Amino acid sequence: MVLSKTVSESDVSIHSTFASRYVRTSLPRYKMPENSTPKEAAYQIINDELMLDGNPRLNLASFVTTWMEPECDKLMMAAINKNYVDMDEYPVTTELQNRCVNMIAHLFNAPLGDTEAAVGVGTVGSSEAIMLAGLAFKRKWQNKRKAEGKPYDNPNIVTGANVQVCWEKFARYFEVELKEVKLREGYYVMDPDKAVEMVDENTICVAAILGSTLNGEFEDVKRLNDLLVEKNKQTGWDTPIHVDAASGGFIAPFLYPELEWDFRLPLVKSINVSGHKYGLVYAGIGWIIWRSKEDLPEELIFHINYLGTDQPTFTLNFSKGSSQVIAQYYQLIRLGYEGYQNVMENCRENMIVLREGLERSGKFNIVSKDNGVPLVAFSLKDNRKHNEFRVSDMLRRFGWIVPAYTMPADAQHVTVLRVVIREDFSRTLAERLVLDIDKVLHELDTLPAKLVVESHEVKKGCDGCVVVKKKTALETQREITTAWMKLVMEKKKINGVC
Amino acid sequence: MQSEWITDRRDAFCGRLVAVDGKKLKPSVGSHFLVGPLISKCTYRPACTERSVSSQKSIIINWIDSSPKLLICTSFSTSLISVEVSNLEREIERQRVGKMVVTTTIADSGENLCCTFASRYVRTSLPRFKMPESSIPKDAAYQIINDELMLDGNPRLNLASFVSTWMEPECDKLIMSSINKNYVDMDEYPVTTELQNRCVNMIANLFHAPVGDGETAVGVSTVGSSEAIMLAGLAFKRKWQNKRKAEGKPYDKPNIVTGANVQVCWEKFARYFEVELKEVKLKEGYYVMDPVKAVEMVDENTICVAAILGSTLTGEFEDVKLLNELLTKKNKETGGDTPIHVDAASGGFIAPFLYPELDWDFRLPLVKSINVSGHKYGLVYPGIGWVVWRTKDDLPEELIFHINYLGADQPTFTLNFSKGASQIIAQYYQLIRLGFEGYKRVMVNCMENAKALKEGLEKTGRFDIVSKDVGVPLVAFSHKDSSNYSVFDISENLRRFGWIVPAYTMPADAERIAVLRVVIREDFSRSLAERLISDVEKVLKDLDALPARVSGKVAHVTATVEETVNAEIGGNAVVKKDVKAIEEEITSHWKRFVDRKKMNGVC
Repeated sequence: MVLSKTVSESDVSIHSTFASRYVRTSLPRYKMPENSTPKEAAYQIINDELMLDGNPRLNLASFVTTWMEPECDKLMMAAINKNYVDMDEYPVTTELQNRCVNMIAHLFNAPLGDTEAAVGVGTVGSSEAIMLAGLAFKRKWQNKRKAEGKPYDNPNIVTGANVQVCWEKFARYFEVELKEVKLREGYYVMDPDKAVEMVDENTICVAAILGSTLNGEFEDVKRLNDLLVEKNKQTGWDTPIHVDAASGGFIAPFLYPELEWDFRLPLVKSINVSGHKYGLVYAGIGWIIWRSKEDLPEELIFHINYLGTDQPTFTLNFSKGSSQVIAQYYQLIRLGYEGYQNVMENCRENMIVLREGLERSGKFNIVSKDNGVPLVAFSLKDNRKHNEFRVSDMLRRFGWIVPAYTMPADAQHVTVLRVVIREDFSRTLAERLVLDIDKVLHELDTLPAKLVVESHEVKKGCDGCVVVKKKTALETQREITTAWMKLVMEKKKINGVC
Repeated sequence: MQSEWITDRRDAFCGRLVAVDGKKLKPSVGSHFLVGPLISKCTYRPACTERSVSSQKSIIINWIDSSPKLLICTSFSTSLISVEVSNLEREIERQRVGKMVVTTTIADSGENLCCTFASRYVRTSLPRFKMPESSIPKDAAYQIINDELMLDGNPRLNLASFVSTWMEPECDKLIMSSINKNYVDMDEYPVTTELQNRCVNMIANLFHAPVGDGETAVGVSTVGSSEAIMLAGLAFKRKWQNKRKAEGKPYDKPNIVTGANVQVCWEKFARYFEVELKEVKLKEGYYVMDPVKAVEMVDENTICVAAILGSTLTGEFEDVKLLNELLTKKNKETGGDTPIHVDAASGGFIAPFLYPELDWDFRLPLVKSINVSGHKYGLVYPGIGWVVWRTKDDLPEELIFHINYLGADQPTFTLNFSKGASQIIAQYYQLIRLGFEGYKRVMVNCMENAKALKEGLEKTGRFDIVSKDVGVPLVAFSHKDSSNYSVFDISENLRRFGWIVPAYTMPADAERIAVLRVVIREDFSRSLAERLISDVEKVLKDLDALPARVSGKVAHVTATVEETVNAEIGGNAVVKKDVKAIEEEITSHWKRFVDRKKMNGVC
């Protein structure tokens, strides 16, 4: 029916989007539609549906950068159709990636000469980075064991129980046992002494976290290094350390330059960092740096030759956009050491403002430390009447997304709210958030009274008309709330935290 | 210090720069040379061997003395204009001064007044190894990076890649507005998650997955087909391991059977996840996996056979139907249940629209999973792929991580975690914007343009067409007579016109054949196709005439060299070869590099 289609198409170009038939039909969810939709209508429909997503800028749950300078947006948009792996066609992009690797390696004090190229690679995020690092450790350990004629089928990795879910993923997908150092109340990071105790001959590496996901604390890598050096000396093994600096990697060098956590410690063989966290780039970029070429088994590297130069690649992904790499380079040269330092100091200042504001309310225990990643983790002093999940939920009404989650095993009875301070979270916003939290607490205090009144009203209005409804509105509501809370409490945990 | 270097077009193409006022030029050791629009950065050092540096397009020429030398650039751009010499010592001095806070502040206050190109930032070379100490204004940073990126190839003219380089401006708007959304924050962005699930459903339906109406399909979005393939492979491996464990048999030697024409990511999967890769060899004239041979290679340790819909080399579809039949028979005989994975990275969005009657997808019972690249003929910018499983049973539960949001359970199975949500939204846009009808039209257009290009190339009478008419819309062609020059020369010459057309040799057992490949994407219109044909003809004409022209030039250049050599009183002993010999050496050197290139980088 070519004819009728032609007619309807002409209609479309005349009518405004909201006058067209496309806003009247529901969008297909399981099958591709038979016919095309005009681009204006398609744009409007998708755009409008996306309005219901949370506002990324108000998402205080995530470390991931949500704001960049408009100039950088322009660069990113211009590069969005460039494929990062086409190194032959886009040599400059590749060069920019290499420069970023060099700069980050120098930032982490990799033992390199002034013009020596560092060993590292850009990834989609810290998950890919961690898998690559883990794979390198695993392969190195396997090769060593093979050479010694010992069994190499039971590798394990030692971490704190506060690690991000991707370590668990790595362990499961690459068949490595994950040995977790348990946490305890009041101490939410890996205990180096316990960790070193757990190391055995099958340990491919110990992973330390610089900036624990839960409370932003830095683990004591230096002590871990010292203990492990001693243990290695005693046993003759050479268990290395990986530092997962996903969130802390761009904090420590600027705020705590004297803190030793990086390649200055001899056992640290690789470090990963998320460019999209305090690297100040939009989601989709991570970095992994190795101490030296020897720490990355050659057999894992695929060599791609282009224009007479050999470009070694080691990635799990292949085609991907190159915008993020370019954006990272932009930030590094735009801000420089000075700029990054200023940004991090601002974040810390705002963190202190928020923390003090919360302390003033007198209702919260602050769980996070002042030294570490700029975030405030806090729990209610008295959570019998209403708990942290309730506060989190109420804050959504004001637009804030503040996650609440329970701590991992052995500290799981503690629930915390976490606010991550990103560069775009200004002082004004911090003050506003304190105000809104006060409001929420106030409201929660009065809530039971209010509910009773409401249920009375409902009863009056519904008397006789609804026979099925036997429970009072209050009871129903309570029931639903507890059921729902249980669900969230049980399942949510820290899986989704990033 | 500024000195004029010039190059004539053809010399530049051959990778040479000749100093004209060479007699006077005395760069000090360590001077940087910035070569015009090529941005090769060459460093002069007082040794006597050539060495390539990490920046791709340059080779260090050593400066033995101050006599003029040939500056060799392995690049193919024809527009080398000039060389700017900046003294390293001065630069170090400048950096040292820059570290003093007072100076920086003063300079900064002035920055706002002058325009970007009047500021000091375009004068200093960008740091390559260390982060700069101080900040620079955002407009300067933008301009410097933007300008350097001009030297990248133009993605739209990159005929090497299947990856989409154009989308409608409306979609660009959607992408830009969601660029700061993190795909894994499913709690915060439930609509984005919902759009992803809708895409999975639509694609599963397109591939005839046995799901009822209103039933959700099993699949996930990935960064690209590489991740998709690793996830699919991991599922097969785990399923096979579980089965073997249950049977009490050894499970430490899994293997996977594919054709030798597979993309490099299969090899990656095999190496990283410790699976042996059994490749079915190709033969001349038959560049895809032979199902008969493949099934012969299957044994009890085979986790799956991977078939490719749209071979990277020639765009041909492998015969999945025959493979399915043969494998069904073999499974019956041996009692095994070796499954099939279809790598439809490029063909997945072609076959359903152009060849709806072709059986290659979930209609075949042994096909358990299919991956497809959204960023190829799914018509989205790079960074999106999809993998779809036939049923829930084909994806071992233990691989799935459950993330709960708002009381609903969201199972996830990915290798990456945080990533942008733009591409998912863009994929949904394309699916509903174009619909079946729109995709079909796009694919028909691509096919028509491929045909036009093929006919144009055949008309020249110089090429054998290697690609088939049925398959992914691409034209792979080899040169009939490669005695004088090879397809690599043609490829390099086409760069002068702006075209990026890759040349590569076929994999093992057919490696004698070198082909050029042009991928027809939706944004490659008929007029561009015609333009390409005429440019190929021009290149052929140029190359045919080359030997004569080279000798003519050599005479001229030799004269120059002799002059300079005389000026240097005999020159130095190292320069013994005449220009022609040098040129030949360079060319063969360079060709060797390119020959090694093979198909690793093809995507």
